[in-house]
Amino acid sequence: MKVTPEQVKQIANLANLSLSDRDLEAYAKDLEEILAYVDQLNELDTSGVEPMAQVLHEGSAAPLRTDAAGPSLAPESALRCAPLAGAGHFKVPRVIER
Amino acid sequence: MDGYRDLTIDSIRAGLREKRFTARELAEEALRRARDGNEASGTFLSFTPERAFAVAGRVDASVAAGKDIGPLAGVPVAVKDVIMTAGIKTTCASRALEDFVAPYDATAVKRLEKAGAVIVGKTNCDEFAMGSSNENSAFYPVRNPADPERVPGGSSGGSAAAVAYGYTPASLGSDTGGSIRQPASFCGAVGVMPTYGRVSRYGLVAFASSLDHIGPFSRTVRDSAHLLGTVAGGDPYDATAANMPAADFAGALSADVSGLKLGIPREYFGEGLDAAVGARIEAGIKRLERLGCQAVEISLPHTRYAIASYYLICTAEASSNLARYDGVRYSRRSEDSETLRDMYRNSRAEAFGPEVTRRIILGTYVLSAGYYDAYYKKAQEVRSLIARDFKQAFESVDAIVTPTSPFPAFKLGEKTSDPLQMYLSDIYTITGSLAGIAGMSVPCGASPEGLPIGMQILANHFEEQTMLNLGHAFELDGGFEG
Repeated sequence: MKVTPEQVKQIANLANLSLSDRDLEAYAKDLEEILAYVDQLNELDTSGVEPMAQVLHEGSAAPLRTDAAGPSLAPESALRCAPLAGAGHFKVPRVIER
Repeated sequence: MDGYRDLTIDSIRAGLREKRFTARELAEEALRRARDGNEASGTFLSFTPERAFAVAGRVDASVAAGKDIGPLAGVPVAVKDVIMTAGIKTTCASRALEDFVAPYDATAVKRLEKAGAVIVGKTNCDEFAMGSSNENSAFYPVRNPADPERVPGGSSGGSAAAVAYGYTPASLGSDTGGSIRQPASFCGAVGVMPTYGRVSRYGLVAFASSLDHIGPFSRTVRDSAHLLGTVAGGDPYDATAANMPAADFAGALSADVSGLKLGIPREYFGEGLDAAVGARIEAGIKRLERLGCQAVEISLPHTRYAIASYYLICTAEASSNLARYDGVRYSRRSEDSETLRDMYRNSRAEAFGPEVTRRIILGTYVLSAGYYDAYYKKAQEVRSLIARDFKQAFESVDAIVTPTSPFPAFKLGEKTSDPLQMYLSDIYTITGSLAGIAGMSVPCGASPEGLPIGMQILANHFEEQTMLNLGHAFELDGGFEG
């Protein structure tokens, strides 16, 4: 399947990544090659096969805990990791025009 | 310190009790060796002397007071830099988290230190654990201890190297598609991927949540058994951590493996397998037969579809997990972006290296409207078939023995220009990851150039003891000489 730089641009947009034209071209080529490779999955008839979304261990899975509040990370600890914080908040560029 | 390189967890414990050395001295020795070697080897991204000496001090105080010391007391340990350590940088070898200081400890780290282990540093790896050669580290590559021109494997290259260089007797890594087993085989160390759910991932920075594991590296199987027993067990902070009692894998270790039935899957010995690797593994299987095991040929018919299934699933999960690096809460922020949207886009583009970006793009693509069923769902259906292959095999065998990697360590730069070739190097480890079973790599001799070769032992869900016993018997029998 052909993958164009424009398609990659669209995908990058969905993933919130700004990429240069050169990168778009390179990733289009990589993506095309990888998709051609994974195409072999279509050799398999999987009708009636359940998709495996996770590894379930019958009888050993962690039971659901009761929905009760427990200790969690203190706000100041969380804010300490932020590139820009103040007044108990994460700061971001302005989103509303004055 | 003479003999440091040969210390094991049991001999450290004995040495501390007999006052032949202190935990502080061991920590100093580990740090000295690791620091002296790091410029050439690239093994560590940071060192943690303050934390190491604090824990070592507690161990030494317990010894002096004649108190019981923990099972890992005084053992210098290295931890992969995707595992959180409170108050210490946890970078995931990414520019995105270059300055990130973890606000809490991973459960595995807490359990190690509670048992007396002394964490001396954070090891280099592929960025966000994505890679098979450690060349995707945003900072510097790791050199293979057997040949500095070769890669240590990945993604836990630094953790494998820390053990193989003799900096620490043991380390922690993470394995999503082979990231513990493959570097263990490339560096000549023991590396264990436990059953999915055996070890809590709380505090492991997520890459692909249905596939991520934490597991140990060491020079001996017994030492990996010690570490695994320490970090295993349910955890209220990780809903996927199986609610099973912790097992004393080291205490239960037995070299009597007679009567065990080993499956040898024919799909793992065909095209693409390096002749020298194949010969060493065949010889290894013969040795296990001499120890009383019965080897039978089996088939895992969907093996050839594993890489395609894996790279669709892991990239889909990665693209979701890595959405959190938005430049707002903890990851690097791009300067001078006018709008919030531009800030997200620029921060992420600046923060991620090429392989991480590639995987986010592939993962976003396969999850996007119109492609979800054709790629993501199809890959999950094939994953079911691969898991079924193993389920059927384990109805008639106790363990499965294969090469860990089709070839020994390759040269730096050899595969970097071709992402698909790099993915194909994980062929033998990815199947077990998809099925969620346990696997380990044990040293099995060397290639004619002297490069380590690893033998993979796979066992059914929660049957780590069988796997460890086989590795232990193999190690005692021939000193890993293949």
